[in-house]
Amino acid sequence: MSTSPAGGVTALPAAYRTQRPGAPGPGAAPAATALEVFAPAARRSGWPGRLLAHVRSPLGIYTVPLLIGVLWQIASWQGWIGPEFAASPAQIFAAGVSLWREGLLGPDIAISLTRAGEGFALGLVAGTVAATLAGLWRGGEQAFNGVVQILNTIPLLALLPVMIVWFGIGEESKVLLISIGAGVPIYLNLFAAIRGVDQGLIEMAVAAGASRRRLVRRLLLPGALPGFLVGLRFALAYSVLGLVAAEQVNANSGIGFMINQAQTYDRVDEIYLGLVIYAVLGLTADQVVRIFERVLLTWRPAYTGA
Amino acid sequence: MTSRPAAAAPHGTREGVSVLAEDVVRRFGDRVVLDHLRLEIPASEFVVLLGPSGCGKTTLLRLLAGLDQPDGGTVTVPRARAIVFQGARLLPWQRVWQNVTIGLYGHDAKPTALSVLAEVGLSARAGAWPKTLSGGEAQRVALARALVSDPALVLLDEPFAALDAITRLRMHDLVRALRRQHNATMLLVTHDVDEAIALADRIMIMRDGRIGSEHRVELSSQDRTRGLGREELRADLLVEIGVSSGG
Repeated sequence: MSTSPAGGVTALPAAYRTQRPGAPGPGAAPAATALEVFAPAARRSGWPGRLLAHVRSPLGIYTVPLLIGVLWQIASWQGWIGPEFAASPAQIFAAGVSLWREGLLGPDIAISLTRAGEGFALGLVAGTVAATLAGLWRGGEQAFNGVVQILNTIPLLALLPVMIVWFGIGEESKVLLISIGAGVPIYLNLFAAIRGVDQGLIEMAVAAGASRRRLVRRLLLPGALPGFLVGLRFALAYSVLGLVAAEQVNANSGIGFMINQAQTYDRVDEIYLGLVIYAVLGLTADQVVRIFERVLLTWRPAYTGA
Repeated sequence: MTSRPAAAAPHGTREGVSVLAEDVVRRFGDRVVLDHLRLEIPASEFVVLLGPSGCGKTTLLRLLAGLDQPDGGTVTVPRARAIVFQGARLLPWQRVWQNVTIGLYGHDAKPTALSVLAEVGLSARAGAWPKTLSGGEAQRVALARALVSDPALVLLDEPFAALDAITRLRMHDLVRALRRQHNATMLLVTHDVDEAIALADRIMIMRDGRIGSEHRVELSSQDRTRGLGREELRADLLVEIGVSSGG
């Protein structure tokens, strides 16, 4: 209408024209309107399209770590990275194989996994129980919040000497240190998630006649689940961190001990092997929680990225 | 809040006065929102509380629902009551039928919920997640959740304000049908004059923290949608809520 040439526009009453300051005046060239067309998303048919979809990200989130590994290997072959600084991925792999054959790697991994697993389990239970009590009752909040905030601020490494003085250099001090690393993020995230449940929903449930018990079971705990899973992810990562801290200082077994030994004997490949094992542990733990999220949070409309 | 009166009790309260608010005062800081308000609703009546936004309608409704306490005066309401909010307020992590049973106890909770969902025309969506519902469907679930406890009083806080015009008309039909079936006292708060005329036995206009004036609507359901009586009432109501100043 307004894009028609001069004749059509001048035919309009003057009042109409003055109301539309953006409209082209008489004689102005009609502005081309930018259009956008939406149609069913193009489905990739035939093998070239499917291949392209795979090529773009063939291994999901593992793509970039693997790509770094490949570039690293090429850089080592080309001599851009000296062997005294970093072993090549192939050398790291070879070191792993030979340590495994000697029967040294397997037990070290097992003992480290046990420590991390026990510490994580302890932290998970303690953090979940404390956060639930604190989230639901103000008395619990007053009892736990201060202590957890203190623990959250003190670095794990700084706690280690205290743990050793109290519990000796055995497994207890290591497991306890890891449990603190795991329990604190669980507590903080779950507590915040329980307190963050939508007030409108709570009001609705109370008005509908839900008992306190039902409020907790049907509303507060499921509502806090997304926050809890965030805490779980941090907890898994922090238990690996706690593991490193505990094993670096005093241990005669485990991955950290292996790294220390390698440092003493200047085995760069074995140092890197230890780091790679820690990295794989962290990545695996994260993937496990992602599976939990997918299964437990199907109800949630979530942005999955463009 | 854990137990509701036995099934016979609410029917007993459906005679006489259902809602009585006397001398109710509610302040927020210096602002007096409800100023010695008096409201009486006989059992089984459908009252629409009309007024511009910010006039205290929702405040009054929250007092009647027991979600807020008055600063002065008394509010008497049946224990068996339910409220439908402006938003559906469904629990996203519970299926539709589980949302309906949130305040319901006993092993027949699920069949009861399913029968009420059938009444609002949502049998097919009983097992769906709330995120898959349209706005109108979500609000119908909220209606079902309110009616499932067989309340003597249903409070509706602009429940259809966010719906499109066609869906809103369908919801009005549904509310009328549900009311015939359940015979509960209903108090609906709205700023929509047409909605008030469509549903009310009595329209009350809120002004300055009190009930300003009242209109008894004695039009047939035909006359509520068109005709001279409707137009006159509509014009009067618009003047009284202060939209148009002419007579």
